[in-house]
Amino acid sequence: MKKRSVFERMAEAPYLVWSAMFILAPLLFVAYFAFTDRNGSFTLENITSLSAYSNTFVMSLGFALIATAICLLIGYPLAYCMSRTSERTRNILTVLLMLPMWISLLIRTYSLMALLDNGGLVSSFLVGLGLPKLTFIGTEGAVILGMVYDFLPYMVLPIYTSMNKLDKRYLEAAADLGCNSRKTLFRVILPLTMPGIVSGVTMVFVPSISTFYISQKLGGGSFDLIGDTIERQFQNAVTYHTGAAISLVMMILIFISLAVMNKFSDGGEDIIV
Amino acid sequence: MNQDVRIRLNGISKAFDGETVLDNISLEIHDKEFITLLGPSGCGKTTTLRIIAGFETPDSGDVFFDGAWINDLPPYKRQVNTVFQRYALFPHLNVFDNIAFGLRIQKCPDAEIREKVKDMLALVNLKGFERRRVSTLSGGQQQRVAIARALVNQPKVLLLDEPLAALDLKLRKDMQNELKNIQHKTGITFIYVTHDQEEALSMSDTVVVMAHGQIQQIGSPTDIYNEPINAFVADFIGESNIVDGVMLADYRVRLAKHTFDCVDGGFDKNEPVDVVIRPEDVDVVKPEAGMLCGLVTGVTFKGVHYEVIVDVDGFKWMIQTTDFVEEGATIGLSIDPDAFHIMKKSEFSGMFGDYSSFSDELEKLSDVTEEVEEE
Repeated sequence: MKKRSVFERMAEAPYLVWSAMFILAPLLFVAYFAFTDRNGSFTLENITSLSAYSNTFVMSLGFALIATAICLLIGYPLAYCMSRTSERTRNILTVLLMLPMWISLLIRTYSLMALLDNGGLVSSFLVGLGLPKLTFIGTEGAVILGMVYDFLPYMVLPIYTSMNKLDKRYLEAAADLGCNSRKTLFRVILPLTMPGIVSGVTMVFVPSISTFYISQKLGGGSFDLIGDTIERQFQNAVTYHTGAAISLVMMILIFISLAVMNKFSDGGEDIIV
Repeated sequence: MNQDVRIRLNGISKAFDGETVLDNISLEIHDKEFITLLGPSGCGKTTTLRIIAGFETPDSGDVFFDGAWINDLPPYKRQVNTVFQRYALFPHLNVFDNIAFGLRIQKCPDAEIREKVKDMLALVNLKGFERRRVSTLSGGQQQRVAIARALVNQPKVLLLDEPLAALDLKLRKDMQNELKNIQHKTGITFIYVTHDQEEALSMSDTVVVMAHGQIQQIGSPTDIYNEPINAFVADFIGESNIVDGVMLADYRVRLAKHTFDCVDGGFDKNEPVDVVIRPEDVDVVKPEAGMLCGLVTGVTFKGVHYEVIVDVDGFKWMIQTTDFVEEGATIGLSIDPDAFHIMKKSEFSGMFGDYSSFSDELEKLSDVTEEVEEE
């Protein structure tokens, strides 16, 4: 094996230091707090006490799965249509899709709240038309809408990229072998864009399951998701250890779901995590 | 109408972005025929094939299949299958599933699919490759899978778009024979697109020579070679010396300041013509015995013969001979009357057939690269 030069090793040093400080160390801290009590001695109590949060886990998982499914149902056809338009239209659509991503998620969530609030813009508009006022904030629907609105671009872009990479000859070959456009979609386009789907699902599912501000702002405090619970534990020095334990379990759950999803993508090439 | 006509193209024209690619093409393709569309890149041969497959719709003109008008019929409803230039095998499927693809779309029973795929793999010499991923196959193997995937559907017509272009020479020769055998065994009409004139001559029943979006000549390989209709065809098919001549009378042609006997007639008196003389039809003799006399300016050893460039009064002839001649020597040339092929003047006159620059080989090489980029 070729010995690496001093320069090469120096060039990668900052990255290693960075990874150690901001990825590895926090993980170790989380693990340390999860398995210790307030006196710093080893305990499994934090983990075993988590059964109290099982409902929260299930609810978060439910919200995240529904939001991801809706994103996929909206995002896949959108990406499919985008890849079929002319290059000009395609570029405009891509910019429109990316534009919201340049604004902080938090601000976007706040503005959604301002729009949909009981006394908000949409509501006033409806009242002005003589319709009943909107009572949407605080429902499951509002939380899901927030997740879908915030994370949809992360679903569309990877799928759109894999659609664009798809060689047109495969579509011609499918048509040649007797596929109408519906059969071509299900037998050729869908399997060949699976890596994009897996990336998109990952990029929507992970932030959805761990979000806390969307549920707080749009859920009106009625939905205590796992992200909210973790945030609350860390605001109080006494419950640091429980917070760490929940985080650790959630990380493991996310890793398991990612592993399962990667199975679908046939060797897991081209995954952007 | 002729019973045995499978496909009839009638006055097909097609333009892309205002640029004419096909200009009033008419062609009949018969049942069980091996027909080749031959021409340089950009001549419209691939577009013709794509119109038959249904991937392009002609701007004007009609496409008939078994007598039915099919201009607007989508590809998936046509009884033709295509072998694509670079195979287009589905990367998410293994060899078996690729070949079974069309049968599954037709909802063929599983047992029948297994049987047919097995037969196909035997036909293309790929027994035991069922479970292999297509990405692990060599170019030649992928080519065979592509042929099997198309043939298993028992199409009435198989379209092949430069199927051997990506293979090396040796493999290409083997596949040419194999394709010919497969066509023989299955009795399916083959429409074959290539820019390789040798391939076209050795495989086809009928060759269609195309240039500038028009059909130049349709005929059997021997007809095309022996009786080219114009300078383009004569130059594109094999090597030719194409010389300006004048028809003095029937069977009397004057060229290179000499009058020769020939076997062609039917031209006007003193009509200017193009005269084709194939390099293998010129005999090297002693200078004093020759009808023409020239200076040898180049000799290339080709294995079976020498390729000799001879300067006769400024026009460079190519001659193929098994006798060695030395560069710089003066030799005599003798030509039999039946070696002259007389053609009417055409738009291609004067563009080909002089070996003073000898750029054909280069042109052919650049053709190949263009072809690849074009797809």
